[in-house]
Amino acid sequence: MKKELILNSAWCKGCGICVAFCPKGALELARGKVQRKEGTDCILCGQCELRCPDYAIFVQEKEE
Amino acid sequence: MAKVDMTDVREKDVNVSDLVFKYMRPEHLPHIWCPGCGNGIIMRDVAQAIEDLKINRNNLVVVSGIGCSSRAAGYFDCSTIHTTHGRAIAFATGIKMARPELEVVVLTGDGDASAIGGNHLIHAARRNIGITVIVMNNTIYGMTGGQYSPTTPTGDYGTTAPYGNIDRPFDVALLAAAAGATYAAHGDCFHVPETTRLIRDGIAHKGFSIIEVADVCPTYYGRKNKKGSAVDMMRNQKENFVTAAQAKRMSPEELEGRYVLGVIQELDFPEYTEAYEKVIEKAQGGAK
Ligand SMILES: Cc1ncc(C[n+]2csc(CCOP(=O)(O)OP(=O)(O)O)c2C)c(N)n1
Ligand code: SF4
Ligand code: SF4
Ligand code: SF4
Ligand SMILES: [Mg+2]
Repeated sequence: MKKELILNSAWCKGCGICVAFCPKGALELARGKVQRKEGTDCILCGQCELRCPDYAIFVQEKEE
Repeated sequence: MAKVDMTDVREKDVNVSDLVFKYMRPEHLPHIWCPGCGNGIIMRDVAQAIEDLKINRNNLVVVSGIGCSSRAAGYFDCSTIHTTHGRAIAFATGIKMARPELEVVVLTGDGDASAIGGNHLIHAARRNIGITVIVMNNTIYGMTGGQYSPTTPTGDYGTTAPYGNIDRPFDVALLAAAAGATYAAHGDCFHVPETTRLIRDGIAHKGFSIIEVADVCPTYYGRKNKKGSAVDMMRNQKENFVTAAQAKRMSPEELEGRYVLGVIQELDFPEYTEAYEKVIEKAQGGAK
């Protein structure tokens, strides 16, 4: 089953926790909101989902 | 991450994970907590523990007192009750006595559980009533503006300790263990899988369980004590807190000043509502 990373910037409070602990450096903040950092790889490990206090980032199965 | 069982859950209509959609009330999210507040992380751990245990939400009661942390009860989609300051464990005791078949989980703060509610805590532990208490310990009174609490480390600052706190702090899990808690553990916000497992085992345990979780309050504790941002406070947990497995391989010198995650006490002792059921049988002369 394929997975994908989903961001919900409406809920993101820009705390930077996901950015700091992503093992691939695949995230960044822009104007106080999380976004994928260009030129990096997300390995869909889900570390960001575990530690996001606002449930604004998560990994889910891809709908075909 | 294991797949969340979405049977009987209404169709997802919000951009949120299955776990959060199933156990929380997305219409009340995002929550009121500050950016980087650890409460949201702990609340998710609790949801994951309940999912892992396959507990039916209809049999789950979440009880809280008053404080930032106690606002958590309002976000869970099950039977919830947001009670008065310090009395969450007293309400939970009543619920468990009336309906022993229910899973009763208390979400409480360090002030709620160990200051105004300290008496309820030690006696619930002593009785070994089958509830699970999760203490979201940010070592401060967050909601009322940063007053020091019974868990504020000696020397740390609060709005009521502008020259540094002269009290010695409680270790809440240890306090409950001394009072007879049959399951007591320490968790934190950074080590999510470990803390979730401790919460899961605490809920599964028959008898009184307490999991004291080291929280992150960047707004009051962090600012008053120059602990930096939420990221800095999480990094401190990553670098200075060790799991029980890691601690086993460390010397006493290496362990100096470290916070060790894991179970500190696990005992086998009759659970209170079961003991009480026997009293009822006896009083009715076995002719129940
Ligand atoms: C009987 C009573 N006394 C005092 C208060 C004021 N009060 C509200 S929350 C709180 C302390 C909360 O601290 P804690 O339990 O650690 O929760 P936190 O906000 O830090 O998560 C106090 C003293 C109250 N609401 N009711
Ligand atoms: S899933 Fe893992 S690699 Fe991808 S953004 Fe999250 S933490 Fe980084
Ligand atoms: S951890 Fe969550 S709230 Fe914080 S920056 Fe990342 S997505 Fe936003
Ligand atoms: S004051 Fe502290 S505990 Fe309260 S919501 Fe803000 S960060 Fe969280
Ligand atoms: Mg507190």
